Amino acid sequence: MTTMNCNTLVLGAGPGGYIAAIRAGQLGLDTIIVEGAKPGGTCLNVGCIPSKALIHAGDEFEKAVHFTGENNLGISVSKPAIDLKQTIAWKDGIVKRLNSGVAGLLKKNKVKSVEGWGTMVDGKTCEVETADGKVTIKAKNVILATGSVPVEIPSLPYGGNIISSTEALSLDAVPEKLVVIGGGYIGLELGTAYAKMGAKVTVVEAMSSILPQYDAELTKPVAASLKALGIEVLLNTKAKAATDKQDGLVVETAEGKEETLPASKILVTVGRRAKTEGWGLEGLDLTMNGRVVAINDKCETSMAGVYAIGDLTGEPMLAHRAMAQGEMVAEIIAGENRSFDKVSIPAVCFTDPEIVTAGLSPDEAEAAGFETQIGVFPFQANGRAMTMEAETGFVRVVARKDNHLVLGIQAVGKGVSELSAAFSLALEMGARLEDIAGTIHAHPTQSEGFQEAALKALGHALHI
Amino acid sequence: MGIHKIQMPDVGEGITEAEIVEWNVKVGDIVKEDDVIAAVMTDKATVEIPSPVDGIVKDIFGEVGTMTAVGSVIIALEVEGEGNNIPDAPAPESEAEPVAEAEKAEEVTAPAAKPAPAKAQGVSAPKIGASAPKKKAGPSGAPRAEGEKPIASPAVRKRASDAGVKLQYVHGTGPAGRITHEDLDDYISGASAPAGGSSRRADTSIEEIKVIGLRRKIGERMQDAKSRIPHITYVEEVDVTELESLRNHMNANKRDDQVKLTILPFIMLAMTKALKAYPKCSAHYYDEDGVVHQFGAAHIGMAAQTPGGLMVPVVKHAEALDVWGIAAETRRLANAARDGSITREELTGSTITLSSLGRMGGIVSTPVINSPEVAIVGVNKVAIRPVWKDGGFVPRQIMNLSSSFDHRIIDGWDAAEFIQKIRELMENPATLFMED
Repeated sequence: MTTMNCNTLVLGAGPGGYIAAIRAGQLGLDTIIVEGAKPGGTCLNVGCIPSKALIHAGDEFEKAVHFTGENNLGISVSKPAIDLKQTIAWKDGIVKRLNSGVAGLLKKNKVKSVEGWGTMVDGKTCEVETADGKVTIKAKNVILATGSVPVEIPSLPYGGNIISSTEALSLDAVPEKLVVIGGGYIGLELGTAYAKMGAKVTVVEAMSSILPQYDAELTKPVAASLKALGIEVLLNTKAKAATDKQDGLVVETAEGKEETLPASKILVTVGRRAKTEGWGLEGLDLTMNGRVVAINDKCETSMAGVYAIGDLTGEPMLAHRAMAQGEMVAEIIAGENRSFDKVSIPAVCFTDPEIVTAGLSPDEAEAAGFETQIGVFPFQANGRAMTMEAETGFVRVVARKDNHLVLGIQAVGKGVSELSAAFSLALEMGARLEDIAGTIHAHPTQSEGFQEAALKALGHALHI
Repeated sequence: MGIHKIQMPDVGEGITEAEIVEWNVKVGDIVKEDDVIAAVMTDKATVEIPSPVDGIVKDIFGEVGTMTAVGSVIIALEVEGEGNNIPDAPAPESEAEPVAEAEKAEEVTAPAAKPAPAKAQGVSAPKIGASAPKKKAGPSGAPRAEGEKPIASPAVRKRASDAGVKLQYVHGTGPAGRITHEDLDDYISGASAPAGGSSRRADTSIEEIKVIGLRRKIGERMQDAKSRIPHITYVEEVDVTELESLRNHMNANKRDDQVKLTILPFIMLAMTKALKAYPKCSAHYYDEDGVVHQFGAAHIGMAAQTPGGLMVPVVKHAEALDVWGIAAETRRLANAARDGSITREELTGSTITLSSLGRMGGIVSTPVINSPEVAIVGVNKVAIRPVWKDGGFVPRQIMNLSSSFDHRIIDGWDAAEFIQKIRELMENPATLFMED
């Protein structure tokens, strides 16, 4: 049995873990990272990156399909076809490049990577089953970054035609009939991509609305677009079980009737949960916060020298949150005085149109006790949006009435995910409406909508 | 049921208007006969207005601070029986009407016109203060409320954490109270000082204080005096060592019925004697009429601080009193001013004023003449100072007199002579008690 010693052990090489390790390496800490699969975690392998690749493929295919009919631009093409195998291979190529990129970055920063499944024995010791046998790692500091896994519905165990998002990213062919259980962002992103590639998609949502974390104003354009794409959304509908042959999903409709939806694949996307089993959590004395590991604003757990970051610590389960936490923890271990003091953790939903949110929504701002001043600017009045046939959606700015401090920014529209940079920068810098309104936004871009929304909140929008 | 209307009473000789300084009742209150319904202020005294009847307050005319003409209806009471049926317009009879109408017009414009002087004195923006009386939280940046998250850019936050500074304690001067790099610099440099700057904050609050009643009266009179009268102020030091030893002796041997002597009665005594020699200092100058009334009497106004503000009770005919008499009268008036029982007559008619801040008298002051008088004598504190005398320094009790004169009537030479006379009398206290 090999024994290794280090200053910092990172368990899990997802975005939180690998960033923590890179930063620790930069700071000169003797660091080991343990990962049972490819580096990059859910995000890089079976989440953010591959899903965006498929969404892109879906968009491109849909464009081509769109041009087969009458269209504004006068383009005509013959009927397109998609070889999903090739698409998936292309996507895998991107993932592979990024895998080796992460591995390279770890190496460059003198982080030792141990490949194999790691299990914590105690707060300072991890045993890893590697290809070459068992390795015991002793560390002064431990960063737990084990991530999350898709939630399973007990009556619909994964296997065969019942798939999770992971399998949905590696299908051989576009399913003829795809039933998506769960109207959250994962289900709608993938459902939309496959609908664009030609699948007949039905979304089954138990609640009364899709994308329940967003307000109705933001989700309305998405719902309209789903409808236009021929995606059927069944609200207040409960998934019961698959048919015996797994060629359909039995649901209980809003009216309480049982119905069978024909399905070639059933994609279950009812959320993700912290991965709290299989790596020795039971052997540690960690205070839990419900089903996630409890942390403070320094990502410290109840055990000295044991930190937890990312999805393991709960919502929002977003890669960039985990990365920010990982960077911070490495600095804390290196002796710097840090705490998680971010104003906003922006979130993007890559549906069509996209939704981006940063900071507080109007309702949240009100609930927090602020008197607000809100400006909404529709892309209908934005020249660049018109030239891209992207007039759906708007930018909305929520500010404090008393001092015009911007509390939150939301947008829905084509390509608005890239506006998230401006939104979160404004929030982190403590911008007031006047700051955004007084910044020249390049013309013609959709970003002008951001400036106009701020002007609108101030009562003098120029283009509306 | 009838309506009984109460008019602004004639509160004093020659008074045409008075300021309502306090309402003791509000609409709907039940009032008994002789209950005080309001306080009004005339030239110098505050007068309480009692209700002549039982009734219920139906209507109140005029807010606190409003100048109201004598004879105007100020309150309407619902009473048993017929009421007194006074029309709302003031006294219809005789030539008083045009005057009353003019006063009324002033009353209407008064509330709008009054904030102006406050603005001029830099009390600033009454409108903003009125809409947000406590804290002005305008777009220009509100101070952070207790428990609110500090606003700072990530770079500032990082620097703060590196320096071990909690941003909650740093005052932000940026827009919306944002903490800038400079704020952090200031905090860090302040925090490293031994005193510690952490508890000090910029206070941006503005409190709106209505200038009414006695304060307004004082303000108007001071402004009038300063703008009309070309003041000259003359300061001279007086060696009161011997006077003080005499005073101590007199106090030690006084009769029980005699009040303890302060230095003021001696100064007043000196003034009465100096005025005999320089009578033009005991005078009223009516500049609009071009007439000076030079008084044989020395009615010495005695500026006194009271809970309500500055008052000037008057020691009448000080020239006829001895030092004990002056002391007794001064004591009586001061007490009356402080407990509010002083009458209008006791507050008017001074021909010269003595201003003293006692132990806080300072070294020099620039007293403002109590118009239409032409002179005011200011008393500074008595202090032991080294004085060159007979070839060596000796400790002497020195007091300065800072006095202002109306230069239109009194030239610097005359002013100096008057004060020198007072000084001579005080430095040679025996002469104070000699027949002229």
